[in-house]
Amino acid sequence: MAWGILQIVVFIVLLALIAKPLGAYMAHVYRGERTFLHPVLRPVERLTYRLCGVDETREMGVVAYAVSMLVFNFVVLLFIYAVLRLQGHLPLNPAHVPGMNPADAFNTAVSFATNTNWQVYVPETAVSYLTQMLALARENFVSAALGMAVAVAFFRGLTRKSSRELGNFWVDFTRSFLYILLPISVVFGLVLVSQGVVQNLNAPTKAVTVEGITQTIAQGPFASQEIIKELGTNGGGSYNANSAHPYENPSPFTNLLEMLLILAIPVSLTYTFGRFAGNQRQGWALFAAAMVILLMSVAVMYASEQKGNPNFTKLGVTQAATATQSGGNMEGKESRFGISASILWATVTTDTSCGAVNNAHDSLTPLAGGMAMLNIALGEVVFGGVGVGIMGLLVNAILAVFIAGLMVGRTPEFLGKKIEGREMKLAVLAVLYFCVTALGFAALASVLPAGSNAALNAGPHGLSEILYGTISQTGNNGSAFAGLTASGSFWATIGGLAMMWGRFFFIIPCLALASSLGAKKTVPPSSGTFPTTGVIFVALLVGVILIVGALTYFPSFALGPIVEHYLMYAGKLF
Amino acid sequence: MKHLGTALRMTVLTAVLLGLIYPLAMTGIAQVIFPGAANGSLVKVNGRVVGSSLIAQQFTAAKYFQSRPSAAGNGYDGMASSFSNLGPTNAKLIARVKADTAKLLSQNPGLKAGSVPVDMVTTSGSGLDPDITVANARVQAPRVAAARGMGLTSVLALVAKYTTGRQLVFLGESRVNVLRLNLALDAAQGVRGP
Repeated sequence: MAWGILQIVVFIVLLALIAKPLGAYMAHVYRGERTFLHPVLRPVERLTYRLCGVDETREMGVVAYAVSMLVFNFVVLLFIYAVLRLQGHLPLNPAHVPGMNPADAFNTAVSFATNTNWQVYVPETAVSYLTQMLALARENFVSAALGMAVAVAFFRGLTRKSSRELGNFWVDFTRSFLYILLPISVVFGLVLVSQGVVQNLNAPTKAVTVEGITQTIAQGPFASQEIIKELGTNGGGSYNANSAHPYENPSPFTNLLEMLLILAIPVSLTYTFGRFAGNQRQGWALFAAAMVILLMSVAVMYASEQKGNPNFTKLGVTQAATATQSGGNMEGKESRFGISASILWATVTTDTSCGAVNNAHDSLTPLAGGMAMLNIALGEVVFGGVGVGIMGLLVNAILAVFIAGLMVGRTPEFLGKKIEGREMKLAVLAVLYFCVTALGFAALASVLPAGSNAALNAGPHGLSEILYGTISQTGNNGSAFAGLTASGSFWATIGGLAMMWGRFFFIIPCLALASSLGAKKTVPPSSGTFPTTGVIFVALLVGVILIVGALTYFPSFALGPIVEHYLMYAGKLF
Repeated sequence: MKHLGTALRMTVLTAVLLGLIYPLAMTGIAQVIFPGAANGSLVKVNGRVVGSSLIAQQFTAAKYFQSRPSAAGNGYDGMASSFSNLGPTNAKLIARVKADTAKLLSQNPGLKAGSVPVDMVTTSGSGLDPDITVANARVQAPRVAAARGMGLTSVLALVAKYTTGRQLVFLGESRVNVLRLNLALDAAQGVRGP
């Protein structure tokens, strides 16, 4: 276990070391300042604007910004849908995969366009290489860049004085993929290949095994996809088993690298925010609050998974950690990762909106599975998805200063802006849509046979599968208690709705909030101003996030993971 | 309408740059720098592909170390990677572990009830886990040695030789690659491939 803990400590230290350089670089990029990549990429950026008819000097108000984003999203969604339907007639399809049916193609298009990457299809046999590259991997770049653009607009609103403009959507979008996502993907994509992630256009390999059986092994151009899937917190696997598959995540080193890439941008954006706010401590306060919650999840999951499944012990199986095995609950886990590297990934992927998995969440012990679910349910605030996560954190920060203001009877301020009725309504809207959607659909699915029959496991674990399904899709996470059969028309429909609402009913109130705050004058801090940089603020922010989350989800979780935990120790099976 | 025009053009531009040029260029570079890894780390014996060192395959004979149980398709299906999705209180999971444990205890003289390594009876995350724990390899060694008429010490020496330690000293877990170990056993006895 000592090695397992060391691995986690090193991971956290590396993250903290990434935050400043990458965060500062992103601040330069979004302000249009010169970076070391400008000699190569600036001409490409200019060409992009010329080809697309963008005037990079023109800024947009909230309506134009939101409309550009929505229209672009819609066009890309249609493009993905068309590629999925037509893939049977398109090239780069050595396995002769036919076109996808309309329901699954719609669900998949929505899923990738919203950065959810919930997968109703089995990649090995349902999508061609062209689809993977042109529709899915490309969309991983697009949805991530879009989230980053929106976050930067949000920063501008929060930090500008008396301004109604949020920046130019096309410029923010282009800079996101060109200066940030693409260079990192090229470099680290090749690192992944060196470890064994596949990058070829070969037909599936036919091998005759040592014992003489024919084994067909799926191939593909997947390192280039794997890298952006993590970096953009997308999470849609090139293979059904996602990052548990040895061709996506072949070694403990790739596992560490991929986890770092998942959190690299969300963590660094806290630093970028500090730059925009003109006070780096504002950014570090957000970093600290999110890190506290992340470590809490790691602790709960590690303890629960290492302890293992008491029902296995009764059968003569040993789950003790020794020099020759990691022990613990190994159902659904890979031996190269063991417990430590699996639960760290499970935390990272559910704290962000990534949703890539390197172990089977459905087979986690109840408390660990419940923790994964809670991480998503908190609303993408523990660093969260690329771009969108930092907005979630900031919305909670606004809630926190509001509550602090209520305690002392003063008008709350954040970054020198008075938080008033309109801002609070928008902030609460951006928090409430989540539990209303996720719990509403979970309730519906639990009482309708079409919803509850989709669960693979019986008893409280079945309810957990349903809850995880609606929470994951609303939170644009995309990981699953994958025993749930989500491809029927009922689940495909509510899933599609949950993913769209989860994305846009969050982004649009946030943009409106940013615009409303941007238009305000700043007031100089006085002796009565509650500072949003210190330890008290961090504690208050953590408290607000956890209390709102716990109060909202405790009743439903009590019937799922919590009761299952006690029943597991009582030896009750379903 | 202006937004729509820009959106359409941006869709085409990102499709060409990020959907075609980027992955194809990456494929080209990878094929030149890391051809073995980029093509799936395939393992050849006498020029024939017998599998991949990263993908588990089924071993049933007593003389071979066995891979972990697999939930990929009907087992070890390289076109259908999957986990079992069985929850910790699922009766099917517990029944499966019970049956597998009983079978392993009867097959392996080196195995005692109460000390069955957990990875021996649990399906992996991909169904294609190429490795087993060192504990798992050590309890299979007496069976393999007996079936091959080899000394236990020489089998254990090969297990040690094919054990991969934690990467960079602290990452992941120590493990044994099943395909490589089995091929080494065959080679040690002069078997020239299947």
